[in-house]
Amino acid sequence: MDWMKIFSALALVMFIVFLFPRARDMMKNTPKGSSSDWMSFVIPIIAIVLFIMLLIQLV
Amino acid sequence: MNQNYSAVAQRSPSALATSKVLRNTYLLLSLTLLFSGFTAVISMAMNMPPMTYLISVIGAMVIAMFVLPRFANSTAGIGIVFLVTGMLGFGLGPILSMYASLPNGGNIIMLSLGGTGVIFMGLSAYVLATRKDFSFLGGFLMVGFLLVLIAALANIFLAIPAMSLMISAVVIMIMSGFILYDTSRIIHGGETNYVLATIGLYMTIFNIFISLLQILGIMGGDD
Repeated sequence: MDWMKIFSALALVMFIVFLFPRARDMMKNTPKGSSSDWMSFVIPIIAIVLFIMLLIQLV
Repeated sequence: MNQNYSAVAQRSPSALATSKVLRNTYLLLSLTLLFSGFTAVISMAMNMPPMTYLISVIGAMVIAMFVLPRFANSTAGIGIVFLVTGMLGFGLGPILSMYASLPNGGNIIMLSLGGTGVIFMGLSAYVLATRKDFSFLGGFLMVGFLLVLIAALANIFLAIPAMSLMISAVVIMIMSGFILYDTSRIIHGGETNYVLATIGLYMTIFNIFISLLQILGIMGGDD
């Protein structure tokens, strides 16, 4: 249904416009992470990727 | 020595407040998840059309973004959280009905549900055990989320299945990051309102579940 696509697109555009200033503020005010901080984020994310691959095998 | 005792004594009220926020957040989160499961079952029983999902999600997002923050410090905020999560659950009904009608649909739904639970509990346990401060992720996650929304907007018209799969995978990564970020904010006193904390965590769980459904649906050869 085309009207559903247009409706979804409009909703997404509004959401992006709403979030944009918040994202800009967060970019300015977020403290910088050290390499060990980033590693503590990357490790669980890799675990999740592996877990999703396991779930795909189970389907 | 006295300084240490005094430091502990000073920290205690704040630590108590933090653990109270965390406990209230998890309590409200479990109740809202049960409630949205209930509304999803009602929606499935009523055989709602697919457009219900779109209308419910847009309605819930508008209420969560514009109405909830005004009532977050009052008891009405709890009612609004139930309204938002109930609407999102109701919107899930037609999606679940569609997957349930597939030959392997029941398995896909159960795996997505279980997978979402494992991801959420695993990441929450990781933050609670390490007590690491993930505030440095804020800007990165917001920009990543905006980029995913732009990609999703493009894919509404492009309708490329591989891109859809990629978007779902990235959404899971970003939402996982938000679980780390939000939970860390609660335990470090950055979020003191359990109503807002609950809606944030609920949204991450909802997005992970929808994305897992899509990934497992496509990879299960059903799309």
